[in-house]
Amino acid sequence: MTTARSSLSILALALATGAQADEIRVLNWQGYGTDTSFASEAFQEATGHSVIHEYFNSEQEMLTKLRTNPGAYDVVMINAVFMPQAVREGLVTAIDTAEVPNYTGIPEGFAADPKLMIDGEVYGVPWTWGLTSFAINTSAIPEAPTSIQALWDPAHAGRVSIRDDALEAMQLAALATGQDINEIADLGAAEAKLAELLPQLRTFWSSENDWNQFMAAGELDIATYWSGSAARSAALGLPVEFVVPEEGAIGWLDSLAVPASSSHQEAALAFIDWMIDPAFYVQWDAEGAPASANADAAAALPEDAFNRRVLGDPEVAARVRFQGELSDETRETYLRIWQGLKAAQ
Amino acid sequence: MAEITATGDRRRLIAMLSPAYLWLTVAVFLPLSAMLFFSVLTALPQDGPDWSLTLQNYRLFLTDPVYATLLWKSLQLGLTVTVICILIGYPCALVLARTIRGRARETLFLLVILPFWSNSLVRIFSWAIVLRGNGVLELGLNAVLPFDVSLNLMFTTHAVVIGLVHSYLPYVILTSYLALQAIDDDIIDAARSIGAGTLTILWRLLLPLSLPGLLAGAVLVFVPVVGSFMEPRILGGRMGTYYGTVIEDQFVAVYNWPLGAALSFILLAVVLLILTLTSPILRKARL
Repeated sequence: MTTARSSLSILALALATGAQADEIRVLNWQGYGTDTSFASEAFQEATGHSVIHEYFNSEQEMLTKLRTNPGAYDVVMINAVFMPQAVREGLVTAIDTAEVPNYTGIPEGFAADPKLMIDGEVYGVPWTWGLTSFAINTSAIPEAPTSIQALWDPAHAGRVSIRDDALEAMQLAALATGQDINEIADLGAAEAKLAELLPQLRTFWSSENDWNQFMAAGELDIATYWSGSAARSAALGLPVEFVVPEEGAIGWLDSLAVPASSSHQEAALAFIDWMIDPAFYVQWDAEGAPASANADAAAALPEDAFNRRVLGDPEVAARVRFQGELSDETRETYLRIWQGLKAAQ
Repeated sequence: MAEITATGDRRRLIAMLSPAYLWLTVAVFLPLSAMLFFSVLTALPQDGPDWSLTLQNYRLFLTDPVYATLLWKSLQLGLTVTVICILIGYPCALVLARTIRGRARETLFLLVILPFWSNSLVRIFSWAIVLRGNGVLELGLNAVLPFDVSLNLMFTTHAVVIGLVHSYLPYVILTSYLALQAIDDDIIDAARSIGAGTLTILWRLLLPLSLPGLLAGAVLVFVPVVGSFMEPRILGGRMGTYYGTVIEDQFVAVYNWPLGAALSFILLAVVLLILTLTSPILRKARL
């Protein structure tokens, strides 16, 4: 079934792009979907275009690479929060969505996101989304908590972990104090809430691998986590359950864009179309993927898939608070508060 | 005639020294000047086309108490680790240099240097395995002792100190060993012949004569420990925020190179200041 569908869509791809073979360069995080070997092989087979990858380690680095290497990249993965800045600086070009047939499957909510669609022009094709919330060790906590306050529960003292990231920490505190994550009005309350959380912590986790080891060793009861990673950890057999509490969870949206300086725009759009193709997504999801921004792709998943069962739940979707654009000043303020809290330990 | 030899000597001197100076220029002077330049910028030239010169990065150190607090914390860490390294390392060097002879000394000496052959990151991760709850150390102690012990050392300041002492101990042992070994046996024999006891010999002869080596070792430990970031991050958990980790954050996570560079230069200045203030003591020890 899947193979039949995938060969069909590859055929469609081939028809759409013609026979001219280009080499396109993709800029993304390492190990994040675009560089799976099955994806680039199938793409090359269908279109003749080969794909070369380059990686960045932070969003700031990605923007710097776009600024300093014009013409070097044809597709770039940009988190929606950073898109308005990239557009203002003229780093990315408007996309003709008619060239991306699968774009029709993207729901209005993502497609018309004001961070990706600016003045009626589409600059980023919504690709994946996911949640930052927390997960529990089901062997320590049999019943999933419904509130984010579980992280502050003295019963879990010394068995809690969060990531060492100022933005994530502040937004977590905003949720716990009932504030808007994109406009934290009472910074003092958020800071005080984090000051209460720090003594609860065992340590900070820094990578998915780290997180899995702590959970496997039974050192943690409860820790912040990403939805896609939770699905992967559960697939590894760890006793992990992802929780979307009633206070809400932080949502992020990643998009694919074409740098203004790209000289292979047609091939780039063909690649973006393949990246939001249901056939590609079903295969990627089997390896552990974030949620697809394409509703058709999400619907193509097996019914018990985490990305369909949990993130497809309308009740969960209603609790998601998507991240908005953040000014450099706010970012620095958060960092200062977070460093101050850590230094006081 | 004499002048010609002098110019010839000078030419030969320049020829022989130039590789060393060239190396110093390329490996030390250029990177440091680049960092000094970065530290007075508003933004890196490739990021902000409208960059300009500023002292704001240095001013931030004075206005935001977080940085001074962390620097003080790092200096205390440096002092603690140095003192422990001396307390463990000097007696080791003493035994190695003065009492053990022949093949045994070579073997023990090799064992001291052996950890240096492995990657420091690997060593720190091994400590993480040993120290963590239910780890090697706890299992071992519980197997031997009749009662249950729960050490819970991982992710504490103690874990950071243990990891750093293990990493830097060989410096103290090596420098003290070289100084102790150079002391003439005849001096000790002479002291003993006029009735000096072991403690007197140690206190009045061995310690003063080997002090330059010991102090050199102490400086070699103190300076890198104050700026350390990898050990606190891995072993310290939430207690592991130090001056070095904040500098690392500026370069790796926050992408604020100018502030990171400025903080590094403040650290350099503070360390140089400490070494200058203690240099009269160091010089006295050498005389």
